[in-house]
Amino acid sequence: MTDALGRPNSVLVLGGTSDIALATAKRLAERGARTIALLGRHPDAMLAAAGPLREAGATVHALPFDASDPVGCVAAVEEAFRTYGDFDVVLLAFGILGDQQRYEADPEAAARDSVVNFAATVGSGLAVARRLRAQGQGTLVVLSSVAGQRPRRELYVYGAAKSGVDAFSIGLNEALRGSGARVMVVRPGYVQTKMTAHLPLGPMAQTIDDVADGIMRGLDSGAAVVWCPPKLRLFFAVLRLLPQFVFRRLGSR
Amino acid sequence: MPEFTQTEQLTGWGRTAPTVAHVARPFTARQVSEALAEPLPRGAIARGLGRAYGDAAQNAGGLVLDCTGLDALGEISVDGIVTVGGGLSLDVLARAAIATGWFLPVTPGTRHITVGGAIASDVHGKNHHVDGSFSRYVRSLRLALPGGEVRELASNDSAEEGALFWATTGGMGLTGTVVEATLQLTPAETRFMLVDTDRAQNLDELMTMMSIGDDRYRYTVAWVDMVTRGRSMGRGVLTRGDHAPFAAIPERKLGGAREYAPRALIPAVPPIPAPLISRLNMRAFNELWFRKAPAHRVDEIQSIEAFFYPLDGIDRWNTAYGSRGFLQWQCVIPFGAEERLRAIIEAIVEGPVPATLVVLKRFGAASEGPLSFPIPGWTLAVDFPAVKSEQFATFLDALDLEVADAGGRLYLAKDSRMRAELMPVMYPRLDEWRAVQASIDPHDQLTSDLDRRLGITSRSARALGLRQESV
Repeated sequence: MTDALGRPNSVLVLGGTSDIALATAKRLAERGARTIALLGRHPDAMLAAAGPLREAGATVHALPFDASDPVGCVAAVEEAFRTYGDFDVVLLAFGILGDQQRYEADPEAAARDSVVNFAATVGSGLAVARRLRAQGQGTLVVLSSVAGQRPRRELYVYGAAKSGVDAFSIGLNEALRGSGARVMVVRPGYVQTKMTAHLPLGPMAQTIDDVADGIMRGLDSGAAVVWCPPKLRLFFAVLRLLPQFVFRRLGSR
Repeated sequence: MPEFTQTEQLTGWGRTAPTVAHVARPFTARQVSEALAEPLPRGAIARGLGRAYGDAAQNAGGLVLDCTGLDALGEISVDGIVTVGGGLSLDVLARAAIATGWFLPVTPGTRHITVGGAIASDVHGKNHHVDGSFSRYVRSLRLALPGGEVRELASNDSAEEGALFWATTGGMGLTGTVVEATLQLTPAETRFMLVDTDRAQNLDELMTMMSIGDDRYRYTVAWVDMVTRGRSMGRGVLTRGDHAPFAAIPERKLGGAREYAPRALIPAVPPIPAPLISRLNMRAFNELWFRKAPAHRVDEIQSIEAFFYPLDGIDRWNTAYGSRGFLQWQCVIPFGAEERLRAIIEAIVEGPVPATLVVLKRFGAASEGPLSFPIPGWTLAVDFPAVKSEQFATFLDALDLEVADAGGRLYLAKDSRMRAELMPVMYPRLDEWRAVQASIDPHDQLTSDLDRRLGITSRSARALGLRQESV
């Protein structure tokens, strides 16, 4: 259960190697989350990397989860709830940034990664929602991206999937109204993570901790959408309205 | 799950941590037992008027039995014994009682709770130091158990039945649903009180006055200023009294001496903007409140509602805290650990969030209920806005540890944020209670959000991954 001061007891992470999810889980553990279950491809590796969560006082579990199998994801989510009981907060944080140039040369890779980024989110998101609805409470945090806000030439395969993830999450939140459960969409801008380590530093670059702090604020305030940093909200309100020829020029750095 | 349930979002009085449950509204004991006879995938808990501050009467995703339809009120016998439905409110009972020369044997600071809730929380009132808690006046009760059996229990029953009776008092609804209770009322000639008021200039003076003088009064309570620092820290206003006999009532009031018909004069409070609940404003409020009270006054005639239920004058005062809600932190510190109490009060005065309303009172002897809250000592109840900050959460956790270390405990009917680790420390008879609970609930059908959060039942403790002996 989550207490009166917004401190959850149990946390499920889908994509248990995500830097942002782990930083958020650590904060939740510091607040007193006792059970943290990490789902990802390599359970042993996740357990080995979960030292900070244990130091913060949580008991950490790991279960296999393969986002390239969007149907299997549903069973993996079910298994997590069956094994560990209710989860108060679920962080859906798996995804592949990919390389746009390579996608254009290798459409099969683009198709595979889009399954991970979109179809697996739909399957596991709905599986989580079904359980949260049954338990009458809980928050599903979905990591979207500003890349989904307006397609850019450099990142449109990833952006298209995130656009779908974003729309799916907002719709799912509507579907959960009145159930006690809710969905919170997180739209980070450029974040310095291992996902983006190979890229040059983007504008308004933020750290993993900035995003995790943003997620915590959103959990406390009950926000449906969290922008990281918050000023991106205004920025994109304008960006979305720009004519394509202006937007194109902004993109070519 | 029974038919005719409604999906509803529920919170406690503090309006924090909402969850959604399937709510059924039984009107008879039979309907309660039928509901409990069905398999309940996420368990069931009874709910009364929703005045527990935290999550005691919530059951996320499960069944909540709104028992307010069980509001039967029997005839009051010549010796003040009455049989009522578990969902009858103390308000309705008090009206009938006062009209015939009786009063509630124990009443908390609101009359809007049910008899079943009063038993499940083993509530106390201003007379605890003399008269004990609510359970002392329960002659017998009928308890609907998981599986559908309804059992008649009395405090003086032998072994098994008696153990279940006492486990039910203070058992937070986790041993079954009270569908009926037979109570012993207390004589009260009129609807008036004779009240003495005294101001104390600081905490030492207040505690001394209470230690020395309380025993001369049936009812006592102190309001404490917990914002003002320095020499006046912990100053307070002590109100003490007893029921007024006919002889003490002026002639013009004698006609209506038993006409008790209190009303809420104000329907609800608009939310007070959060920044206004600041230390500065609270200091001004406390100054006003302190100055308003007479330094010393004796034998003032007050109505029962003014003396016992000042906050019930506003129908829904809990809305004042706005959407973030509020919490009440109520502890008891055993006699002999006064220094700890003083340290806790000092910490709150200096703490990160200003206290809005504080009440101090002395408890008398404990009841036999293993989870009954009152033990001999000082009980301090502090209202705070539910500020979701790390600092505030950690601050309250530290206070909890102080309480546990002093051999005290928190009141489960008020709690909304305590850590599960402290449950077996504060309630050392928890295992004894769990044994009784398990005997009537072998399939783990009774649970609540409070139970899930604190691991009160064995099943919930296992789900939290707590070893029972762990601290």
